[in-house]
Amino acid sequence: MSHYGLGTLKKEENMALAHTFDYQRPSTLIEALQLKAKYKDKALFLAGGTDLIVNIREGMLKPDLLIDIKGIGELLKLNWEKETLFIGSNVTFAQLIENELVQKHFILLHDACKTIGSTGIRARATLTGNICSAVPSLDSAPALLCYEATVHCASPESQREIPVTEWFLAPRKTALQEDEIVTGISLKRIPDSSGIYLKLGRYSGEDLAQAGWGILMTADKQYRLAHCALSPIPKRAYYIEHLLNNSNPLNADLIEKAIALIPSEINPITDIRATQEFRMYISGIMLKRGLTAIQERISGKYIEPRKLLGDV
Amino acid sequence: MKEISLILNNEPRNVQVETNEILLDVLRNKLGIKSPKCGCERGDCGTCTVLLDGKAVRSCLILAVEAENHNITTLEGISKEKLSALQEAFIEFNSFQCGYCAPGIILAVTELLEKNPHPSLEEIKESIAGNLCRCTGYTPIFDAIMSLTGKGAK
Repeated sequence: MSHYGLGTLKKEENMALAHTFDYQRPSTLIEALQLKAKYKDKALFLAGGTDLIVNIREGMLKPDLLIDIKGIGELLKLNWEKETLFIGSNVTFAQLIENELVQKHFILLHDACKTIGSTGIRARATLTGNICSAVPSLDSAPALLCYEATVHCASPESQREIPVTEWFLAPRKTALQEDEIVTGISLKRIPDSSGIYLKLGRYSGEDLAQAGWGILMTADKQYRLAHCALSPIPKRAYYIEHLLNNSNPLNADLIEKAIALIPSEINPITDIRATQEFRMYISGIMLKRGLTAIQERISGKYIEPRKLLGDV
Repeated sequence: MKEISLILNNEPRNVQVETNEILLDVLRNKLGIKSPKCGCERGDCGTCTVLLDGKAVRSCLILAVEAENHNITTLEGISKEKLSALQEAFIEFNSFQCGYCAPGIILAVTELLEKNPHPSLEEIKESIAGNLCRCTGYTPIFDAIMSLTGKGAK
C-alpha cells in the first residue's frame, strides 16, 4: 500500500509478501532440526520475525521454508543455575527487561535490551534473533561480549558451545553452521560488578545505533569494554581494557589516554546515520561519560544512561 | 491456502490465508478490521499496532499463520459497547487530527495502563516511543493519557 505512487491509489486488494514459502511450526527441537537438515540453507528459523519479515519483504532473503520455533517449549527456558543465566532462544527482550535476575546481575544487558527497537518490537524480538541477524549495530552484542556469554547450538547429531567472542564473523555472518540452531545464550554472573550501555541514536526511542559502548567494571577496578556500530562486527576494546586495568586511578588524564586509543579499537564507516568522523569523535565523549558514570553506578547510584547523552 | 483459527476481539474466527500473508493485511482485507493502518511496513511507525495476547505488537511484521490460536485485540475490540476512557480522553484533549496514528497509540497505552495504571510521563513516552505521530504532535497525546493516571494533565 505504501508503495503506490501519487495518483495511482488502487482499491485495496489482497496483499502478501512477494516471495512465497512454506511454513511449519514444529513442537520439538528435533523436528525443527530434521526440517532444517532436509531444506538446508533454503530453510530459515523464525522466532520474533522483526528482522526476518523485513528482510523477506525487501527481497534480501528468499527461503523455501520458514520454521517457526515459537511452538518449541524448551526454547522458552529462562533459567538461573550455578550463577549462570540461560536465556532460551524464544525469550524476548520484553521478558529480559522484566526479569529480576537480569535487572540485578546483568545491568549492562538490561540497559542494552531497553534500547532495542520499541515496546512493540521488544514484545516479539528475541536476544538470539538479535545475534543471529548479526548486523554491525546490534545493541545486545557489547553486553554479551563483556559478560563473555556462550552461544549454545544444536544440530541433529550434536551440541556445541561457542564463545560469543568467536560468534561474529562479518556483517550478518556468524559461526552458526547450516545444520545448526541456536538453543540459547548463557551468561555467568560477575560478582561485585556493574555495567553501563551507552547508545547514541539520532533520537531517543527505536533508532538504530550510530555508536554503542558497553562498559563493565568490577569492584577491584577491572574493566571490560565492547562496542557496536563502530566496526564491521561488534568487538571488545582490548587495548583500552589493558590500559585501564594496568593503571591507577581512573582520572581525567587516564580517560584522555583511553580516548586516544579509540582509533586503534574501531573502524567506523559513514552511512545514513552518521559519518565516520562523527562516530570516531562521539566515541570519545561516550567513553568519558560512561567511565565516569560507571563509578557512580558501582557505588549503587541510579544512573539513566540515556540522560548521559542528552535525551533528545 | 491454510485455514487458521484465532480469537479476534473476543470472537472465534476462521480465515483462509496463504503462508506469506501478513497479519495486518488479513485483518484489513479478510476480517473487516480497519483500525490498524499500514505505514512503514518495517516496524518503525507503529500504526499497525494490535494486541497479541494482550501485548502491543507490529501486525506488519507478523505472518497471519503465526497468529493461529492466539488472541488478537484491535481498537474495534476495546470499544465494542462504548468508547474506552482513553478514547474519550483523546477526544477531550484533541489528541488527534488525521487519526492515522491514534489506533496504534491507544492500543499501546491500553496495554501500559493495564500493567501500570499510574505511569509517569517518562513511562508513557517509552510505551509509545515506537508510535510516530506526524501531525498532531505529542503534547495533546500525553495530556490525554496523563489525565487518566491520577496525576492530571501535565
